[in-house]
Amino acid sequence: MSEKLLMKGNEAISEAAIQAGCRYFFGYPITPQNEIPAYMSKRMPKVNGLYLQAESEVSAINMVYGAAGAGARVMTSSSSPGISLKQEGISYIAGSELPCVIVNIVRGGPGLGGIQPAQSDYFQSVKGGGHGDYKLVVLVPSSVQEAVDMTIEAFDIADMYRMPVMILGDGLLGQMMEPVVFKSYEPRQILEKTWGTTGTEGKRKPNIINSLYIDPKDLEDKNIERFERYKYIEKNEVQVEVVDCEDVDIVLIAYGTMARVVKSAMKIAREQGYKVGVIRPLTVWPFPTEAICKVARTAKAFLTIEMSMGQMVEDVKLAVNGQKPVYFYGRTGGMVPTPNDIVEEIKKISGGEKL
Amino acid sequence: MAKVTFNEDRCKGCELCTTVCPKHIVIMAQDRINVKGFHPAQVTEQDKCIGCAFCATICPDVVIEVEK
Amino acid sequence: MTKAFERPKALADVQQHYCPGCTHGIIHRLVAEAMDCLDINGKTVGVAPVGCAVFAYNYFNCDMQQAAHGRAPAVATGVKRVHPDNIVFTYQGDGDLAAIGTAEMIHAAARGENITIIFVNNAIYGMTGGQMAPTTLAGQVTQTTPYGRNTQTQGYPISVCEILATIEGVAYLERVSVDNVKNIRGAKKAIEKAFRYQKEDKGFTLIEILSTCPTNWGLTPLESLDWLRDNMMPHYPLGIFKDKGEDKA
Repeated sequence: MSEKLLMKGNEAISEAAIQAGCRYFFGYPITPQNEIPAYMSKRMPKVNGLYLQAESEVSAINMVYGAAGAGARVMTSSSSPGISLKQEGISYIAGSELPCVIVNIVRGGPGLGGIQPAQSDYFQSVKGGGHGDYKLVVLVPSSVQEAVDMTIEAFDIADMYRMPVMILGDGLLGQMMEPVVFKSYEPRQILEKTWGTTGTEGKRKPNIINSLYIDPKDLEDKNIERFERYKYIEKNEVQVEVVDCEDVDIVLIAYGTMARVVKSAMKIAREQGYKVGVIRPLTVWPFPTEAICKVARTAKAFLTIEMSMGQMVEDVKLAVNGQKPVYFYGRTGGMVPTPNDIVEEIKKISGGEKL
Repeated sequence: MAKVTFNEDRCKGCELCTTVCPKHIVIMAQDRINVKGFHPAQVTEQDKCIGCAFCATICPDVVIEVEK
Repeated sequence: MTKAFERPKALADVQQHYCPGCTHGIIHRLVAEAMDCLDINGKTVGVAPVGCAVFAYNYFNCDMQQAAHGRAPAVATGVKRVHPDNIVFTYQGDGDLAAIGTAEMIHAAARGENITIIFVNNAIYGMTGGQMAPTTLAGQVTQTTPYGRNTQTQGYPISVCEILATIEGVAYLERVSVDNVKNIRGAKKAIEKAFRYQKEDKGFTLIEILSTCPTNWGLTPLESLDWLRDNMMPHYPLGIFKDKGEDKA
């Protein structure tokens, strides 16, 4: 499959999971990610994998818990409301230190919201939508090719750190078609899963998959141990793209499909003489704090652009840490900012109105 | 002749076993309490035991072992 | 002399936390005895619920997973689909299975999921202090039905076996009790049969076991057995509600 194919984002993500060795997918219908379960139900039987449609997203994520606890590479996908239903299960998966991949093709919210693309689930994914101290690694692709590469890598990250990993896309990414190549991928060094519930076969002590620690000291120790791993991830797993940010006035920060619109806006603004650069996080947890903080020494201001009322902007402010002003521009509910909208914002900021 | 042994410290004094013994020889000890503070079940007239294991069957905590 | 009765190998030799006289302990042993009889300890994976039996993962000598409240059938589905040759069982109370987990219960059955559910029905929420459960009887006093369950405002008890009997994917359903030696032996046979049906890929099996809760019923262990017989048995008749594979052997 190394030749170039024109594929829809949702389907490309599904194929990527299969290429990564995922053989168990538990799904539930919800727009705009329906092509993922559809594709899986067609493709999994061909690779003697399993597609199972659960009775709800709650049930699906708990099937993921069981399959992951049994040592399998497993994935589920949904869209915003469905991901909300999965939050308790995700917390259990994190608490039981189980690897899995969760795809969120975000749509406008809250509530039933809409079915157009959005980025208003940032807080839920990055700050933790379920209860307790835990994190997900959250990868944010901005093209179908990147969604493929990130999905494949997500399984390795999940297995390596024994944790849930999220692919945070949006309706645009899921629905658009782009050429994509399934390159050969150098898998990471992953330890054998000796902890799974595969049956003792009388050869070992029982394996127990559990997140209950009734003794508070045990639970605290467990949390502290997991956060040691998170610190390691924050040091080694950040992925960020910094485009022409040396000696610029305004740095535009955006992720996912929004970053593509922002790059177009950068080009237009530069042509009109505005000195702007772009920072694009590829991981929003771990967040590229260092990269932003470094640029903050030279840049005059930051403009964060999101398809929401402003969520990542808070993390940008934390990273900039008061060194420079941080502005926000966003559309929400499924509305998508255009390059010119952003250029107008750049003008307002540069025109001294705000700088 | 059968033999029953009671792992006394596991007994919670629930008395279920005392009601099923066909020979009515399973009784609660009144002279002592176990590590949990319960009067443990016991059999004093071991010779009457027929090894039917009724007591062990209804015991929720596997306190009783039976040999025949 | 030989051992006529001893701890089954599949039952961990540890102190269980259940209240004095609580029949959970008996049921745990019956499950373990069934596992020993079928010699499946090394192949079995159990799924513990949330409720009094939440610590069940410490009580069985086989791999176990602890599931979120009500989700054990879904977790078991995940385990079984990854290892179809393993025997997978869930151990759930009435709140776990028939309240929050109703959808998971019904859809595991509808899928004919090849798992065995050990359903302990004691008509109350035990771990959390005796609240009304979906199987709480009309008029029964609980912490949240202090004046007795009023069916006009708090609804009617749910009969799980009768409901699941209508579902195609179900291979074997039996309601048993552990209130006396005869019934305990019957319960053991039913559990063994359910595991055997699973081994033969016959589909979804569930054994509903009437059980006591002395602490939250406010009765002594012995009085609880009487209460079970006098009140629960009339409403929850024992017997086989579905048996796809009449046992020819």
